Amino acid sequence: MTAVTMDKVTKTYPNGVTAVADLDLEVADGEFLVLVGPSGCGKSTALRMVAGLESITSGELRIGERVVNDLPPKERDIAMVFQNYALYPHMTVEQNIGFALKLARLPKDEIRQRVRNAARVLQLEEWLHRKPGQLSGGQRQRVAMGRAIVRDPSVFLMDEPLSNLDAKLRAQTRAEIAGLQRQLGTTTIYVTHDQIEAMTMGDRVAVMREGRLQQIDEPEVLYSEPANLFVAAFIGSPSMNLLEGTVAVDPGGGNGAGGGATISLGEQSLALPASVLAERPGLRAFDGRKVVVGVRPEYLGDATLGEHEAPPDGARLRGDVELREALGSELLVHVRTNCRPAVTDEVRSVAGEYDAAGVELLERQAAGEGAMIIARFDARSRARVGDVAEMDVDVERLQFFDPDTGDRIAGEVPTAPATAQPAPESEPA
Amino acid sequence: MTTVTTAPPERQPEALESGVSPAREGRGSRLHRLLGSIPTGVLWALVVLWTIPTMGMFVSSFRPEIEVKTTGWWTVLPDPFPDNQTLALLVALAFIAVVVAVVGLLARLYHHLGRAGRIALPIVAVLAFVGLLVASTDATFTLENYRQTFDASTSDSPDMWQHFINSAAITVPATVIPIAFAAFAAYAFAWMDFKGRDWLFVSVVAMLAVPIQLSLVPLLQLYVGGAHVTAFGETITLFPDLDLAGTTTAVWLTHIGFGLPLAIFLLHNYISSLPADLFEAARIDGADHPTIFWRLVVPLSVPALAAFAIFQFLWVWNDYLVAATFLGTGSADAPMTVRLATLSGGRGQDWHLLTAAAFVSIALPLAVFFGLQRYFVRGLLAGSVKG
Ligand SMILES: Nc1ncnc2c1ncn2[C@@H]1O[C@H](COP(=O)(O)OP(=O)(O)O)[C@@H](O)[C@H]1O
Ligand SMILES: [Mg+2]
Repeated sequence: MTAVTMDKVTKTYPNGVTAVADLDLEVADGEFLVLVGPSGCGKSTALRMVAGLESITSGELRIGERVVNDLPPKERDIAMVFQNYALYPHMTVEQNIGFALKLARLPKDEIRQRVRNAARVLQLEEWLHRKPGQLSGGQRQRVAMGRAIVRDPSVFLMDEPLSNLDAKLRAQTRAEIAGLQRQLGTTTIYVTHDQIEAMTMGDRVAVMREGRLQQIDEPEVLYSEPANLFVAAFIGSPSMNLLEGTVAVDPGGGNGAGGGATISLGEQSLALPASVLAERPGLRAFDGRKVVVGVRPEYLGDATLGEHEAPPDGARLRGDVELREALGSELLVHVRTNCRPAVTDEVRSVAGEYDAAGVELLERQAAGEGAMIIARFDARSRARVGDVAEMDVDVERLQFFDPDTGDRIAGEVPTAPATAQPAPESEPA
Repeated sequence: MTTVTTAPPERQPEALESGVSPAREGRGSRLHRLLGSIPTGVLWALVVLWTIPTMGMFVSSFRPEIEVKTTGWWTVLPDPFPDNQTLALLVALAFIAVVVAVVGLLARLYHHLGRAGRIALPIVAVLAFVGLLVASTDATFTLENYRQTFDASTSDSPDMWQHFINSAAITVPATVIPIAFAAFAAYAFAWMDFKGRDWLFVSVVAMLAVPIQLSLVPLLQLYVGGAHVTAFGETITLFPDLDLAGTTTAVWLTHIGFGLPLAIFLLHNYISSLPADLFEAARIDGADHPTIFWRLVVPLSVPALAAFAIFQFLWVWNDYLVAATFLGTGSADAPMTVRLATLSGGRGQDWHLLTAAAFVSIALPLAVFFGLQRYFVRGLLAGSVKG
């Protein structure tokens, strides 16, 4: 049993920054858990506490049955892969991989054998006598992996191990690491800021923001049932469209039969059938109040194609097509509507993650330009830049959030079908 | 290696920096390009120009006393046009140009040689040059100056060999010991957490500001009688009287004391700029502080260690003040610098001996410099460009 358990683990740095606050996390034996969040959210700190490189301010950390709060790294039976690989520049690949075994005073033959095995698995055999400076980025990354697997530890810790690779190599290495982990069955905690990595690699994904855990679940569930606005905005590419709306529950529809609701989004509105309201009983409490309406691009269809069967009357949005990206299998359409985008702290922090201009853009949209919505149309769609697009909205799959707390407005949502898989990747610039 | 490499290996295969920090590599190559933009001919001309005084001294050291005192060393060169100064000057310039060209050519050849060739080539070149000179000149050369310099027959004679040994006996401990201590200290200051670390480091670095002259008298007292404090009728001995006055030990101890702060400061700068990741990876691999120090810090700090070693070596080897103060100028234990100063005699009548003796005294620094120059350049670069 080598589960990793964090019980109310907190880290406050000497300068007063609380990087991780009350983190409760349980990583099952053999599980691949991904910790994801924008940079500065405390992922690395959390991982480094597990590694023993950072002291734990309060809380309890267990690896297997042992409480390891005060154990030095070498007694925790873990191996770590660093973002910059941290290879020893003056040692050959063979010495790099075998360093830990050598320090453990294993017999020379055994070290040799294990290093060769690891090198074979990682296709490094030819490079064993090179130094790291003579290797390409991808090879260095594999040496770093080799250094971890050769020790056969009970837990792998990886801190953004792919962020120094170019996009293509990253996609390939992603699959290799996930495959290797499955094959070895070693409990793994993997840190990344890239939600695509998180969604494609993790058995479960933990989303963090500002030192706090937002949600931990399987990738599909994070995608279809985000616990709050932050997770909704962070997970998915292109990300969920988030609009500001006002709920009006149909008069007389208050208790059941036939009664739906209307969401007004500026000058447009969406009629919600009773079934939607029945699944999200919490929405009734928002009668007459503002909510954040979230809709994933794939639940917006080209009305001229009738993609979503028999949309209820009024479940349409329209706007001007400003950009179309034909991906062959589908069409991404950027539509300027006259709705207001939701602007909350959560949305802002996601928009500003890669580029401060993102927040500015959002604010301009809120100030009057109108929200830019991204829709994923069928490839047959004839939408052109400059056209007015009519979009069918799959209202059953709308998400609602409380604009004040950011929490999802409760209720069951049907499990997402296959289309709800994470989108084809678009790497952040 | 059987297959084609998937990615081209990096340009500088042995640059240790390339594995550590891309920034350092970038700066290095910029310097490289800058130097590369200066025409090689100009560089070699500078090299020759700066070597001429050394060569002059070298030639002088073989000339008889009378000639040293009456004519310049260049007169050993045959003068093809004794009556026409302009022509002679032109020939001299042409000769220098040829020397530059030959040196440049040899340097190019040097890069293609193996280890043995690289040692042999300069020796052969110098011998060939000397041979050519001797063959073409009608001046007389003699080893008399050297014979006198090494003469040890009377207590007054120069006995340079003895003083050479003295210099080495002072310089070696004064170089090796501070490096060893400073490397440990620098690592601890950079990568170990302990109470009062910053405070201690600042006070060590602050000692850089103490002028050496200020401490001559206190140190002399210390060596003569130890250090004692008397309070309330009790005398406490802080430093025992080790009777070090007038010994070489006193000299190298002093040099260690004055070398340490700078050594710690320089090595700390270098060692603290090594990437933290490396040490963390090593800790996870199961290394403790001694292992990290010996297996990572020392091999990775070779350029800095070598650079400091060269500085400290040259400084101690060339020191006069400390040696003259603690040993006195007449001591048989005095290093070469002190003996050199007294060599020319009370009225400067023996200064022809200076050429030979001075040449002996620069032989070892030259050898050390050429032996370590590869690290020296790297260490300088590493010191100036914080990576
Ligand atoms: N050694 C440190 N001392 C003080 N603050 C730190 C230190 N390391 C990280 N932090 C702060 O803690 C927060 C979380 O950092 P980190 O765990 O590195 O984030 P992430 O890996 O998610 O990008 C950041 O605000 C960062 O500035
Ligand atoms: Mg990080």
